[in-house]
Amino acid sequence: MKIPYSKQDQYVYTALRFFSLVVVCLLIAIIFQLFMASKLAFDEFGLSFVTDDFWNPVDDEFGALAFIFGTVVTSILALLIAGPVSVFVAIYTNEFLPKKIASVLGLFVELIAAIPSIVFGLWGLYYLAPFVKNFLAPFLKKYLGFLPFFQGSSFGIGILTAAIILAIMIIPTITSVCREVFKSIPNLRKEAALGLGATKYEMVKIAILKPSFSGIMGALVLGLGRALGETMAVAMVIGNNPVISSSLFSAGATMASVMANEYAEADSELHLSALCYVGLLLFVVTFFVNLMARTIVWNNSRKSKR
Amino acid sequence: MKISRKRALKNYFFYTCLILSSIVVIIPLFMVFFFLLQKGGSSLSLDFFFNNPKPVGEIGGGMKHAILGSFYMVGLGSLIAVPLGLVCGVYLSEFGKGKIASLLRFTIDLLTGVPSIVVGIFAYLIFVVSMKSFSAIAGAFALSIIILPIVTRTTEEILKLIPKHVKEAGLALGLPRWKVIVFIVVKGSRSSLMTGIILAISRAAGETAPLLFTAFGSMYLSYSPDEPMASLPVQIYNYAISPYDDWQKQAWAGAFTLIIIVLGLNLFARFYFVRKDIYRSIKKLFTRQTKD
Repeated sequence: MKIPYSKQDQYVYTALRFFSLVVVCLLIAIIFQLFMASKLAFDEFGLSFVTDDFWNPVDDEFGALAFIFGTVVTSILALLIAGPVSVFVAIYTNEFLPKKIASVLGLFVELIAAIPSIVFGLWGLYYLAPFVKNFLAPFLKKYLGFLPFFQGSSFGIGILTAAIILAIMIIPTITSVCREVFKSIPNLRKEAALGLGATKYEMVKIAILKPSFSGIMGALVLGLGRALGETMAVAMVIGNNPVISSSLFSAGATMASVMANEYAEADSELHLSALCYVGLLLFVVTFFVNLMARTIVWNNSRKSKR
Repeated sequence: MKISRKRALKNYFFYTCLILSSIVVIIPLFMVFFFLLQKGGSSLSLDFFFNNPKPVGEIGGGMKHAILGSFYMVGLGSLIAVPLGLVCGVYLSEFGKGKIASLLRFTIDLLTGVPSIVVGIFAYLIFVVSMKSFSAIAGAFALSIIILPIVTRTTEEILKLIPKHVKEAGLALGLPRWKVIVFIVVKGSRSSLMTGIILAISRAAGETAPLLFTAFGSMYLSYSPDEPMASLPVQIYNYAISPYDDWQKQAWAGAFTLIIIVLGLNLFARFYFVRKDIYRSIKKLFTRQTKD
């Protein structure tokens, strides 16, 4: 028996659609399961879970503000460190270096992205933390000690160390997106700027940075999305102490790190549910951040096509 | 024409910033490699690869069970995720219009952004809660969710690169569409598809967070999918935060092994497959230019 070609194609098409729907259902299942699992904690604490600052598994009292604070502070700080560096590296590789050296530098930057986060965590715990404790923290204290951010003593592990690790980890993401954005700028504009007598710095400012502003923003938001969800490296160097402190030297905890640390050991139902609630919050936040990055990058590519 | 001093200074300052930031980016990479070589390389031994861990207090033992466990779970995970990812990628690139396609594209975008720890929680809720114990299958499932969006994405991007006239030539020969897709589109870009798959697998091999409370880790070698199973990243984590000196050394050796596996896969995919492809596409570009 021979099936006509049009029928064969019909079957294949239906099968492809079926598998696609399976994947879509997978995402829906993730969201649904998270909702169901965090329902207990939601009924108990409601939305004030987000604004309460206590986390006490012994008494079954949970509020996630300290973790949200930790996540936001480490991610923003990482972005502040990684943002300018990545933009500079992208400019340097794209516009200044000869092609061969640029591709080597580009490869190195991409290799950073390939290193598993557990290895960064190990390195951070044994080398970066002592470095921060012995050199960076005293240095910052000496020159910027009057600021509230740099007070108290540093034990090495803490928010600052976590932010540095995060910065290293998100640099490749931001750099590669920036490089794509810079590549889309026509050479004519750069040459025009140079032809008018601009120095290279002015050329970069006028012809590269200004027109690709929204693209750079998109890259930064993408980096932010990665920093928010990063778990292992942060869990190993942040100290896992849910306190809100103005000092960057103090230990902290992030939403991802508390899940990594406590989930396997949580024994009460409410504790598990509260952790799932934290997971749901993290999911929602990364969802919106990624959505934002998507719209920015999408708008940008539409603009450059026009 | 002379450039004013202020402008020249600004220019120099800019240059220094560029060079400095490039150095700053490279330093951590080399430091990580250096310390891994120094610490991990020195604690490596044959024992490490061929022995299971010994009880606390006894010196020696290795991570054979964790290395095998990692391969086991990554293999099982990619067995689920790679075919599904390929199918979804083909669907997006060949029939990428309509509601279901845009829904799928959105889903894949979101799945890429889901933090891996959340994926772990999901696998926990699905498998561990219903089976009432940590299991390797739960770990493999979590890893497959990590692999799936990457494979789909790269497949879509790669297949989109195939010029339309190639497909049209196939259709003009009277082939059904699925044969064109399987034997011309997919088969023709086998090596680049392999690149995407290997990159996705190397990414999954380094993931710790989704395995923490799905496969959980163990101190014994096991091959049964419904029992807890050790994996290299989780074992490194457990050893690294332990107070024992010997275990910390093993964590370094484990990290060294892990990075060799991950970077090895990564570089292999990049150079072995991509080079040929680039070469071919360059050649193609060149011939097309001379013809026009």
